[in-house]
Amino acid sequence: MTSVLSVTEVTKTYPMTPPVHALRGVTFNIKQGELVAVVGPSGSGKSTLLHVMGTLDRPSTGDVEVAGYRVSDLTDAELSTLRAHHIGFVFQQFHLLNGYTALDNVADGMLYTGTSLEGRRSLARTALERVGLGHRFDHVATELSGGEKQRVAIARAVVGSPSLVLADEPTGNLDSKTGADIVRLVEELHEFGSTIVVITHDLAIAEQFPRIVRLRDGMIESDSKAA
Amino acid sequence: MDELQRTRMSVADVFRTATVGARTRPMRIVLSALGVAIGIAAMVGVLGLSESSKSDLLATLDRLGTNLLTVQAGTGIGLGSGELPETADDMVARIGPVETTAAISEVDASVYRTDFIPTGQTGGVTVQAVGLELLDVLAGEVADGRWLNEATAEYPTTVLGSVAAQRLGVSEVTGTQQVWLGEQWFTVVGVLETFELAPDLDRAAMVGTSAAETFLDNDGVPSRILVRVDPAFIDEVINVMPATVNPENPEEVEVDRPSDALEAREAADDTLTALFLGLGAVALLVGGVGIANVMVISVLERRSEIGLRRALGATRRQVATQFLGESLLLAALGGVSGVLLGVLVTTVYAQIRGWSALIPTLAIVGGVAAALIIGIIAGVYPATRAARLSPTEALRSS
Repeated sequence: MTSVLSVTEVTKTYPMTPPVHALRGVTFNIKQGELVAVVGPSGSGKSTLLHVMGTLDRPSTGDVEVAGYRVSDLTDAELSTLRAHHIGFVFQQFHLLNGYTALDNVADGMLYTGTSLEGRRSLARTALERVGLGHRFDHVATELSGGEKQRVAIARAVVGSPSLVLADEPTGNLDSKTGADIVRLVEELHEFGSTIVVITHDLAIAEQFPRIVRLRDGMIESDSKAA
Repeated sequence: MDELQRTRMSVADVFRTATVGARTRPMRIVLSALGVAIGIAAMVGVLGLSESSKSDLLATLDRLGTNLLTVQAGTGIGLGSGELPETADDMVARIGPVETTAAISEVDASVYRTDFIPTGQTGGVTVQAVGLELLDVLAGEVADGRWLNEATAEYPTTVLGSVAAQRLGVSEVTGTQQVWLGEQWFTVVGVLETFELAPDLDRAAMVGTSAAETFLDNDGVPSRILVRVDPAFIDEVINVMPATVNPENPEEVEVDRPSDALEAREAADDTLTALFLGLGAVALLVGGVGIANVMVISVLERRSEIGLRRALGATRRQVATQFLGESLLLAALGGVSGVLLGVLVTTVYAQIRGWSALIPTLAIVGGVAAALIIGIIAGVYPATRAARLSPTEALRSS
């Protein structure tokens, strides 16, 4: 299987006094079709790793490769285009546009890919149906429950069939039952072929996924596959 | 790396993103556009009103002509007797480019509604002996009855100016109504419309020259001569006029051009126009600052949206375009509604004043253009701030 994401000897240091070493030499690979949980306590470097994997931030040293592109070779604008085509994000706070319908929120997932509005909406319908919101196309974001909002956000992340989906604490703002539903949805999407990395502090959630990368103090503590 | 070529957003998509703020916070948009709208409306309204009033004045001048001169004796210390020579009227008529003349002689008599009115309560109405040509020379019009003619000018008849008629209680000319003029009854044969070029005659009871001599003992010395001149030679006529009228003491003769007064009034209006334009510009500036302010707040509030858009693949430039577009949209909204408001104000006011509403195209185009320029200027700083925001920082802030 081809590698979708490879992180090699990545460090990230924030220039403060004293300097903060958020990542201290992280190396791992994610292959196409994998479902991985990155788990660690707060301050372990999870968020920094997410930003580096998502090309929202560049590492201080080391290499990141996404979908065959070396991040260090790309300009800022090219990284934006890389994100538009190859990376989907799911956030803890959903980040939906309040005045817009579920359909248009999902369609916005492809806003910067050059796809026409009609094309985007048509793919958005399919994506919303896949996350079980086929009946909620025209509801504006404020009319949706928390779980529904996160489903819309997940649909937005997968609408353009990206090479990699990064989910940052996707259940963090939900009650445990709704959270469990979201985990099940993530698993379904994985079975459907998506490559997904879920970042969480919650070991109970991480343990439901086939591969767990444990992070502590900016280093990988363990990288284990479920038996 | 062809795949990572920058993807251009369609104009429709740019417009859609520029309206995100308007859709999520419509009231704020309306209020901040209002500032610009008021500024633009003030400027368009001022320009429209000044243009309409100017065109009204030009029409008036066109109707009345600018070739009317008045000749009178100067009054004051060292300016002689205050009288024109008896022959002045004939002398003026002999100047080549002079077309028509009409002499006015002030009559030493008072006019009252009836003989029961106490002496002195004239209501400011004067008595003037006038030539028959006066009406033509002044481009005046008869409101009711008729103007003096060869016959009525010989008899105790009078034509009243508009104000005089009002003060003497003459509302319509019956042919039998009389006024107590110089201790005898004069029949009112006509009432005139307002004279725009000789407002003092509105307060006069006018009698024929011969009637004034016969019944009122008038000496026939003209106090003022109204002259219509070939428009091509006005300055020349003005130059020779004093020496012609009074060869002995030309310095005692005053020559005026009444249309100058109307033009001077307009010039005074121009100063006011400039003042109001200045106020409009200040309002526009304040409106622009308001937009910049709202946009800066908007960028701060929408950090997470900016972070999301960067995560979805927006470049810095696309984020900047979105906020610049929003500011431009705000200003355009203000500009267009301001122009409409200005046009409305001008039309209504012109209607009330009886002018034809005239709004210079420059004011309309300039108004919208000024608003757009304000929008760009107001949007540059917030858009730059939005674009500079690092995606990680923007996402973290939520």
